[in-house]
Formats: sequence, C-alpha cells, structure tokens
Amino acid sequence: MIAKPLHERVLMKGNEALAEAALKAGCRAFFGYPITPASEIATYMARRMPQEGGVFLQPESEIAAVSMAFGAAGTGTRAMTATSSPGISLMSECISYLAGAEVPCVLVNVMRVGPGLGGIQPSQADYLQATRGLGHGDFHVIVLAPATLQEMVDFTFDAFELSERYRNPVLILADGVLGQMMEPVVFHRQIDPAELSEPEWATTGATGRRKRVIFSLYLDPERLEVHNRHLQCKYESIRAREPRFKTYDLEGARMLVVAYGTSARVAYHAIELAEREHVPVGLFRPQTLYPFPYAALRSVIQEHAIEHVLTVELSAGQLVEDVRLALEGRCPVSVFGRTGGEVPAPLEVLEAIAERMEEVRGGLVY
Amino acid sequence: MLGRRLEIICAGFGGQGVMLMGQLLAYAGMRCGLQVTWMPSYGPEQRGGTANCTVVISEGDIASPIVARPHVAVVMNPPSFEKFEPRVMPHGVLLVNSSMVGDLSERTDIDVFYIPAVEVAGSLGDEHTANMVMAGALLSATGALPLEAVVEEMGHNISGSKTHLIEPNRRALRAGYGLIPADTRHPLYFKVAAS
Repeated sequence: MIAKPLHERVLMKGNEALAEAALKAGCRAFFGYPITPASEIATYMARRMPQEGGVFLQPESEIAAVSMAFGAAGTGTRAMTATSSPGISLMSECISYLAGAEVPCVLVNVMRVGPGLGGIQPSQADYLQATRGLGHGDFHVIVLAPATLQEMVDFTFDAFELSERYRNPVLILADGVLGQMMEPVVFHRQIDPAELSEPEWATTGATGRRKRVIFSLYLDPERLEVHNRHLQCKYESIRAREPRFKTYDLEGARMLVVAYGTSARVAYHAIELAEREHVPVGLFRPQTLYPFPYAALRSVIQEHAIEHVLTVELSAGQLVEDVRLALEGRCPVSVFGRTGGEVPAPLEVLEAIAERMEEVRGGLVY
Repeated sequence: MLGRRLEIICAGFGGQGVMLMGQLLAYAGMRCGLQVTWMPSYGPEQRGGTANCTVVISEGDIASPIVARPHVAVVMNPPSFEKFEPRVMPHGVLLVNSSMVGDLSERTDIDVFYIPAVEVAGSLGDEHTANMVMAGALLSATGALPLEAVVEEMGHNISGSKTHLIEPNRRALRAGYGLIPADTRHPLYFKVAAS
C-alpha cells in the first residue's frame, strides 16, 4: 500500500479515502480499535502511518484509543481516532475531557445501527448524541457531515483546521454506506506536518521555557464558571461563522426535503425522479450538524414559500428536531425515517415525497 | 441533472469473485471518464455465504449508490437468482451463471442470458475465472463499457505477486464477451472514448 497521488482521480473506499486524507492533512498519530463498518480506517492507518513516520496503535479499547489521541494531540500533533457508534459511546468521557481541556482532535464516527450493539448496517441514529450529548458537561464538538467520498476527503482536512482554529474536538459523522462504498476522489493538497507551527499550549517538554499544563479540572467554581463562559463564547462564534449547507432544485419548490449524508444522496435521486413527475420539491443538505444552519434553512423556507418540510433520515426522527428548531413552527414538518439498518432506495423516498405532496396540494396538512 | 446511468448488481457466493467483478467495472468506468460508485453488501460474509455489490456507472453525478431495482443483474448462484431475478427493471438484462443455477427465468419483460461460466472458465484452464466470463458477457449484453477498456483496466488492478493472473482473467473476459451472439450484442451504452 502506497501513498495516493495528488490531483488524480482515484477510486477508493470511503474509510480508506478518509484515512489517506488524514495522512495528507498531516495527521501523524492514529489510535483505533476495529469495529465494523469503520475498521478499514484502522487497517489503512496500520499500513500507511509507519510510511509517513507517524504513530499507529491499536489499543485495548475505544476508551484507550481516544485517551491516547488526547495525549498525542496535547503535544500539538495532528491526532485522530475513528470508530463506529458503540465505540463513540465508550469514548464519550474522554471527548468531554478534550472539550474541557480545549485540545484539538479529530474524531470519526462511521455510524452503524443501535441501540446497544444493535447491528452493523448503516444508520444515522447518533445524530442527537453527536450534536447534543457527546459527553457530560456544557460543551459542543463541531460535527461535519459528508455526503460524498470527496467530502470525506475535504472535510477531513477541514476537521483538522477547524479543530485547531477553535481548540475544540471535531467529529466527522459518516455512516456505513459512506464508509464502505467506493467512489472516485481527488486529493488536492498535502500538508507537511513539519511546516505546521507549534501551538503555544502544546506540551512538548518545558526545557528552557515555562511549563504548560493541559487540564479540565477546576475545583474553584468561580474559575470554572469563567472557563465555561469562555467555552460558550467560543461556541457562539462557531455558530456564527461555521454553518455550512447545500441546496438543490429550489426553483419553484413547494416542498423541501432536509437530509444529510447518505440519506441526502438517496433523497436527491428521489427528487430528480419527482421532477420528472412535476412534483415541485427541493433539497436542503446541512454539511455541518453542529453548528446547524438554522438561519439558512429558515430563509430558504421563507424565500420559496415552502409549504411542507420532510426530513429523510436513517433514524426514527432526530434531524427533525433541529429542523423544527430552525423553523419555529413556520411550516409543517414530518419525518421519513428508516431504522434497523435498512437504507431506503430512491423509489421509496419518492413515494413518501409524493404522499406528502398530495397532502400539501389537498390542503390536508393544515 | 443526474444524466444517463446504468445500475448493476453482481451477486453470488462469497469466493466467486462478485465483489471483484463489480470493482473492475467501477475502475474501468472511472478510467473511461464516467462517474462510478461501488457499494458492497457487508455483513458477516464469508466464503460460501452470499455476497453482492451494486455498481452505478453514470454520465453525471451519482446521487444514490443504493439501488432497489437494477438495470442489470449478474447472478452466480441459486440464492442470488431467487433474490434478484424478480428485481431487474423491465427492459433490463439478467445474466445467469447456468453452471450453478438450474432455474429458468419466467420473465418476458427482460433479456435473460444463460452463461455456463464455470465450464467456459474450466475449458480455459481455471474455473476461478468464471466471474470474468460473466463480466465479459455483461459487457457484450449491455454495452456498459468497451471490452478493451476493461481488458486494459485489469492490468492496472492486478499487481505484485498476482500479475500471472492478468492474462488468464483477460482470456476469460474475452471468452465471456464472445458467448453473446453478435446479433444480440448491445451497442455501447455511454459515449466514451475507448482507451
């Protein structure tokens, strides 16, 4: 296994494309415990990381993996860990520590279906966990949601940069389809980690300078509230600056589908089929789930006088919570969700769209 | 717009090389300048279990890599026949490995080709190349990609200690292509420059 070339279309599995992107983004420390459908990230890193002179280690558990990533990231090294849903639950304690200690680190969740051990098929049922409840305490991680393998690559670069800009963990939230499928990607950039400047907080040995300490323990409530306020200010600026989204086929739309990741791909195909049947429906695809593009979604609804919003998700109704928060009751919202690891085909989504559209036309929704 | 696209499902026992067959089509499609996706069924699969992959080849961007009703299905074993024969789109193509599947399709709205892939591969010297016999027949029956593009691609994708397998696989691919009578061969589906 060798480094993938720059500026050339290469056909890769999503997990491998993400791993190669991390290496090209200068990641030199990877810790991971294998789990379907994320295992290829670790397998790829096991082969490629030594070639780049970095550290690959498969520890005894996900808790150890994220803790090692915490330690490596604390030296200012670009560090990453990757897993699938149950693994993220195990990691949650340390993710909270990363957020509390403001250490940049990239986390990857290639979601599989739950709850519990659940199954190994694709899912998006960790949406609420990722955007609200990734650990204890008042904190957020930035959540990037790729829908194509090119975005798996590009968002991996973005993840390292965002995590350093905000000194905050960044989670790439993919799913079993994106991890397992192959699609051509292009690597546009390659970063030499030697050219990255050492952060002023990195613990690299205090010889000849004052010591630096990374911690998340504040026993003094006054100081801890100041720290919490500082974190909240940071999240506010993330919310102001970083929401990302894409829209498709809004022209003339009366109905809007909101979906991310694999669901958005299936939904977009369904929308193209719907257009052939003159069903006026558009697509809004959040690329960041935290920060969610609330304002953008609200203005799309208003500008296009959308009469109904349907979320398409591989969960029972999680994304829909953010959609409802965005719309503040301006427009009826419903969910088309599959669970259990079932991934709908475009025709199934088309049926759901057509059904809702009939209600809109018949005025039944109001 | 999504543009013209061809959706293919390759299915069989684990070990029959259906994943590889799909990957070869995806690689060759990419090298012809088309958009491609390859999506495996993944699960507790193993040699002897069932496996399948979905390949989409398209002139435009590919939205869904998930396909319920393919234009083309290659079925290498009886369970795959049972599962995918009913799903092929009307006017689609079904390629049956008749060395292992005894059933005949009763569908009249699709083109069905019965390929004794294992016998043909065996007569060429290696039964393991039955998947490439099927792939060759697929190219001929659907016009999915130019035969020479796929023959060429094989050289890029088999490397290292396995290079001795390139020529036997190419032979199997050409033999499979030749099994489809010239008058039922499908013209090229996409406008691509043959490599």
